[in-house]
Amino acid sequence: MSLDNATIRRIATLARIEVPAAELEAAAAKLSGILSWIEQLREVNTDNVTPMSGGTDLKLPWRADIVTEGGQPDQVLANAPEAHGGFFVVPKVVE
Amino acid sequence: MTDLTSLTIAAARDKLANKEFTALELTEAHLEAMDKSKDLNAFITTTADLARARAKESDARFQRGTAGALEGIPLGIKDLFCTEGVETTAGSHILEGFKPPYESTVSQKLRDGGAVMLGKLNMDEFAMGSSNLSSYFGPVKNPWKAKNRDGDLVPGGSSGGSAAAVAGHLVMGATGTDTGGSIRQPASFCGIVGVKPTYGRCSRWGIVAFASSLDQAGPMTRNVRDAAIMLTVMCGHDPKDSTSAPLAVPDFEAALGQGVKGLRIGIPKEYRPEGLNGEVAALWDKGIQWLKAAGATPVEISLPHTKSALPTYYIVAPAEASSNLARYDGVRFGLRERGLLGDSLDSMYSKTRAAGFGTEVKRRILIGTYVLSAGYYDAYYLKAQKVRALIAKDFTDAFDKVDAILTPTAPTAAFGLDDKQDDPIAMYLNDVFTVPASLAGIPGASVPAGLNSEGLPLGLQVLTKRWDEETMFRVCQVLEEAANFPSLKARP
Repeated sequence: MSLDNATIRRIATLARIEVPAAELEAAAAKLSGILSWIEQLREVNTDNVTPMSGGTDLKLPWRADIVTEGGQPDQVLANAPEAHGGFFVVPKVVE
Repeated sequence: MTDLTSLTIAAARDKLANKEFTALELTEAHLEAMDKSKDLNAFITTTADLARARAKESDARFQRGTAGALEGIPLGIKDLFCTEGVETTAGSHILEGFKPPYESTVSQKLRDGGAVMLGKLNMDEFAMGSSNLSSYFGPVKNPWKAKNRDGDLVPGGSSGGSAAAVAGHLVMGATGTDTGGSIRQPASFCGIVGVKPTYGRCSRWGIVAFASSLDQAGPMTRNVRDAAIMLTVMCGHDPKDSTSAPLAVPDFEAALGQGVKGLRIGIPKEYRPEGLNGEVAALWDKGIQWLKAAGATPVEISLPHTKSALPTYYIVAPAEASSNLARYDGVRFGLRERGLLGDSLDSMYSKTRAAGFGTEVKRRILIGTYVLSAGYYDAYYLKAQKVRALIAKDFTDAFDKVDAILTPTAPTAAFGLDDKQDDPIAMYLNDVFTVPASLAGIPGASVPAGLNSEGLPLGLQVLTKRWDEETMFRVCQVLEEAANFPSLKARP
């Protein structure tokens, strides 16, 4: 499996990680190497196998959908790089 | 007071109760040791004042007769555990400066038990690594040195700061987390005990998430009894983590001393691949003989899907990581990289994440994004989940025949800090013996069992079935007694 620069650019956009053009080639080579190594899983017969989607064999519990620790805007915002008037501040998203 | 740093947790507990010294004296002795061993770079943040205040509270509780199970015991906390008001970075630039307003469940339980936190321990960035070389805050040095060879060694990872601090007598014990071997492999490299309990034993609440279906917290200590003491305090049901097991926590210390007479010990033939390091293989054989001499029966077993475990892990873990690490977006905490005025929100995200994450973390996020992306999900992620089921079934079948499994912990001893590390797959192979148990969710522990010809520690790994840490501790203790491992003395 070999990833081309366009694929790396697409994944990087999906992942919201800026990859400079100069680094695309090197990233493609490393990621292609890892993916080729992973491809060996194709040899394993997994017909009729139920996928294991979590780490536990216990049944996951239900819980009430209620606020447990609300009403603490100051604590919620305490680590924000930028906050104002009880809100997180982000670059303008509406024109 | 330097000899206070030589004590085991069990001994310190008894001597504190007998008022042979105070919790404050014990804490001061360790703070002094930390000060003298800054060269190890084991800590990202030290909390000396907080430690003194908490040690005084411990002394007050001793006076009142309300001491907890770990009252006054100085511990280090891996910097992946959120600690109230104390910077928590996960070894990453992107979380630098983050001060959680809450305490993780595991570190809260240790606090409630009276333990005194000395600081936050260095680690591979977001627990992704086996060397500690990926920490934004610089590599940790292994306190062990090779005979006849200069140069510093890695402590393993990702819980490398924890392993180095425990081995170097800077703390009496430390928390670690293990996703594919991050407690057991550094324990092996640093000649200490490291325990990853059953998935679900320790609450993951408040632990910075890497791969949620694999992450487990556990203790790292200088002996098996101390690990049992610490784990008993760390475990227990927590409604805030839906995968935390609503099961009673056994007193793991009480399981010790029962020996292994009559136990069947599985020896998986797939863990002896061609080219296995001769000294690792010889130590494994020794371990088998020790258990046999103590009355256990070795049984050759097969775990047929072993060789698929690493590639499976390198789909599942990056996939979960790419999702978990989506939260680092420069909005709610940590780093924000501002672009030009008028830059879009998307651009701010991309710049922040490019500047905040290190090379290995980015690589795993990109792999994870790829294997989850439209058109590739079934071929990679779903396939890996199915192979994971087969790996788990291998263990279930094996535990029909045996009570525990004995393997090497890692394929080598600690390697050099300056060794060239530019092949990611070569680095991933460090976890070849630890990853299968992580995928299966079963408990595993590493016990220091001997030294190689360079005088470096090698560990043996003990695995048992889900929720049977007690048998695991029994086997570990017999190995520990037989190995008579020459632990490091407190640093001068």
